[in-house]
Amino acid sequence: MDFNRLEILDLLEGYQRKEFSPTEVAQSLLTSIEKKDSEIRSFLQVRPDVTLDAARAVEKRSSEMQKLPLYGVPIAIKDNILVTGWQATAASKILKNYVAPFTAMCVERLESAGAVILGKTNLDEFAMGSSTENSGVAPTRNPWNTDRVPGGSSGGSAAAVAAGFAPASLGTDTGGSIRQPASLCGLVGVKPTYGRVSRFGLIAFASSLDQAGPLTRSVWDAARVLECMAGYGGKDATVSRSVVPKYTENLNESAFGTVRNLRVGVCTSWLEGVDPEVRASFEAAVEKLKELGMRPVEIELPNVKYALSTYYLVATSEASSNLARFDGVHYGYRTPNPKDLNDLYCSSRGEGFGPEVKLRIMLGTYALSAGYYDAYYGKANQVRRLIQQDFEAAFEKCDVIASPTSPTTAFKIGEKISDPLTMYLSDIFTLPANLAGIPGISVPAGVDSGKLPIGMQLMGRHFDESTLFQVAYCYERRRGALANPPWRSKSGAGA
Amino acid sequence: MKNPLEKYEVVIGLEVHAQLLTKSKMFSEAPNQFGANPNEMIGPVCSGQPGSLPIINQTAIDLGVRAGVALHCKIHEESVFARKHYFYPDLPKGYQISQYERPYCTGGYVEFALKDGSTRKINLVRIHFEEDAGKSTHASHGTLVDLNRAGVPLIEIVSEPEMRSSEEAGQYLRKLRSILRYANICDGNMEQGNFRCDANVSIRLHGAKEFGTRVELKNINSFRYVEKAIDYEVGRQADALEQGEKIRQETRGWNATKGVSEIMREKEMAHDYRYFPDPDLPPLVISPQLIQKITTEMPELPDAKRVRFIEEYQLSEYNADVLTNSQELADFYERVAKGSGNAKSAANWVMNELLGRLNAVGKEIDDTPVSAENLALLVKNVDSDKISGKIAKTVFDEMFASGKSPDAIIAEKGLVQISDPAALEAVVKKVIEASPSEVAGYKAGKTKLLGFFVGQVMKETKGQANPGLVNDLVKKHLDG
Repeated sequence: MDFNRLEILDLLEGYQRKEFSPTEVAQSLLTSIEKKDSEIRSFLQVRPDVTLDAARAVEKRSSEMQKLPLYGVPIAIKDNILVTGWQATAASKILKNYVAPFTAMCVERLESAGAVILGKTNLDEFAMGSSTENSGVAPTRNPWNTDRVPGGSSGGSAAAVAAGFAPASLGTDTGGSIRQPASLCGLVGVKPTYGRVSRFGLIAFASSLDQAGPLTRSVWDAARVLECMAGYGGKDATVSRSVVPKYTENLNESAFGTVRNLRVGVCTSWLEGVDPEVRASFEAAVEKLKELGMRPVEIELPNVKYALSTYYLVATSEASSNLARFDGVHYGYRTPNPKDLNDLYCSSRGEGFGPEVKLRIMLGTYALSAGYYDAYYGKANQVRRLIQQDFEAAFEKCDVIASPTSPTTAFKIGEKISDPLTMYLSDIFTLPANLAGIPGISVPAGVDSGKLPIGMQLMGRHFDESTLFQVAYCYERRRGALANPPWRSKSGAGA
Repeated sequence: MKNPLEKYEVVIGLEVHAQLLTKSKMFSEAPNQFGANPNEMIGPVCSGQPGSLPIINQTAIDLGVRAGVALHCKIHEESVFARKHYFYPDLPKGYQISQYERPYCTGGYVEFALKDGSTRKINLVRIHFEEDAGKSTHASHGTLVDLNRAGVPLIEIVSEPEMRSSEEAGQYLRKLRSILRYANICDGNMEQGNFRCDANVSIRLHGAKEFGTRVELKNINSFRYVEKAIDYEVGRQADALEQGEKIRQETRGWNATKGVSEIMREKEMAHDYRYFPDPDLPPLVISPQLIQKITTEMPELPDAKRVRFIEEYQLSEYNADVLTNSQELADFYERVAKGSGNAKSAANWVMNELLGRLNAVGKEIDDTPVSAENLALLVKNVDSDKISGKIAKTVFDEMFASGKSPDAIIAEKGLVQISDPAALEAVVKKVIEASPSEVAGYKAGKTKLLGFFVGQVMKETKGQANPGLVNDLVKKHLDG
């Protein structure tokens, strides 16, 4: 049996029919990781014994299968999310060998739904990047074309699912870190509404922007993972206490009725400068939405042009604060022979952090400094409110907003790494949702002439993931199967 | 300078950090407990583990609101937690969660009496919440960090720079501590660091409008040192100005052993704390309903108690002030007053005898060997003529030494007052017979000699005779 290509829904049906067991699936996936991940480098840690033990434990509860919505589903976890006993390094030397003392709320929820942890995946160090080239360990490669990046920062999580190593993975999204790699790897990726998923157990990058979410091969799978991982857990003061809807309940024929007559907002001026093939795909996708009965409406987002500058002030400021704890004193990397306390700090941090992280800490420290705060951090928050207002106004006119997820398809490894500003532009379509706190989903919308996947992003109102899932689900059905994704290739690990 | 106060006016503002009496820490479930082994009272939040997040302890908020109500502050419905950044080994996150631009309380005041009987009212700038840092111990082989204190809830109470002498500063602190203790907000223990004070001290010529350059004094861990440290600092600043030097804005630490303040850091080295609103915590909301509830449940505070004592027990202002200084003392006094039914006498015994004796041996009212019930009994014994006032002092000495009840001591030592006329008459006759020359003198008109006879009778009875009765009997026999 080829488990590499199976979606969550396929696994659940197979378990139901007793065609195979969670242990068999986990064992098979672990074997393909062992054989083929040396080329992709999507995983930073696998612990086959622990995973198989967990699979066996779930299997003993097969009589409760109906009550376990993720019964025996292996899930890969980005290495900036804590799982007790597993490493949590954020792909940084400064946390090398750090073992999580507790489990993130979202992972705890997945585990209690029957999920099995398959391993910890690679990322740009501390989730800072758009290509996974900033990993302090090694870059991850895109399973569609191994000369290309998988996107980032959740590149390891995206590559693991695209390569067929895992049916689903968790990523974190601060400015597009789930949606952009999902787009570049031909996957579905969801950045939930800020406050939908507990951040407890996420190694913080920018606390007011970070959200964890799923990467999967189908909309239904993403909805299933999110409905299990979301919700208040009492350990994060910014999480909403509102009930998490059962998103999958509406993902059937009834969705087509709901979607008909919904208004889809498109901001044409935003599309300038987008790769022509991406733009063509996006326009074709909007046509498909029309075929579903949706009405396109032109919307204005006058302040999104400031999103990039705003984001790089807010996110770096918060990061400079969040990363202050990595100082070599209580845990993590410490420089071997510090001269004094100041040297202990400077050398531990200097040697432990990579260049992109240092760059952002310096930017953020500057933006928060006395005398600059008002002009930078303060001003950025004012603009952030304007961007939020832009979306509020837009959602008066439409029910979802559609855009490309990324202005380009997967670029070559090394192509943008020396030019941070060009790299930052990868996220222009995804940053605004984080600044506004609204949910966004990326769904595959075809491939370019180089057979690289293109993604469409749909954004919705606060806590209206349901509508996003229904629109994405109907679009996915209308679109049909993707041509030759790596997880269906015979070799399993893709190209 | 001999007396700097003749030329200079002292300006003092105080910042007080008071630990809140909660079971757990400000932002986590870890216990708030003093005296445990190092690093045993900690969890992931205290040690700043990645992925840990702060959750507000509502009990800390309630206690903070209680302080705001007790100190007459404006309590804001919405306030904001902010991060204050600096690197130090006992601050594991690299920032302290505090409140900055939007504290939960502004305004308010503390009112207190001075030795000369006048009262002073010092306004507050603000009160804000923050978490405590851990504790660094510098040993010969390196610095040790104990995080048990990291994350303990604090309120910082900042006064206006309105105090004009070290006495005012001392009295302000005593009153503030007393209020916080009365309302069960903070235990006020200065040695354990549960109630800490930093003083901003400057001087200026009398009549000057501008403030002088201020110096921040830290490490003051007892009331005695507050006044000493301020007096020392005032002297130091005056000497400097007299010698034509400028006062540098700096932070100085009080060295209690040497009795001097020493420089800790200069202003140029002052931190840029890079405050910004903590994105992990939504704005703190304190509802009018909560304030109402806490106001209703507020225990009687020192000022109200003092007024009540004056009315209910007819105490002098001074006595009422002393007796309401702490909740424990006030409660003790009330038990003696009620138990004895003689409030005035109870006040004298508590203040003059008991407090004096406790003070002499360096004890607090909590450690008194004499229980309120026993002291009340002693007062009753005097009032019922069972013993004389003089004997009562002897009994009290024994009570203080042994903790026994007055009745036991009186019975043991046979100290009951002799009020039986028949028994006393024999002694009186004996004394008169033994002193013929004094009798002659008395009869010749030296009536002052009456005291001699009474004294002799008291001596014969070892002071146990009822003095009034003896007086009557002596008169009767001499005149009769």
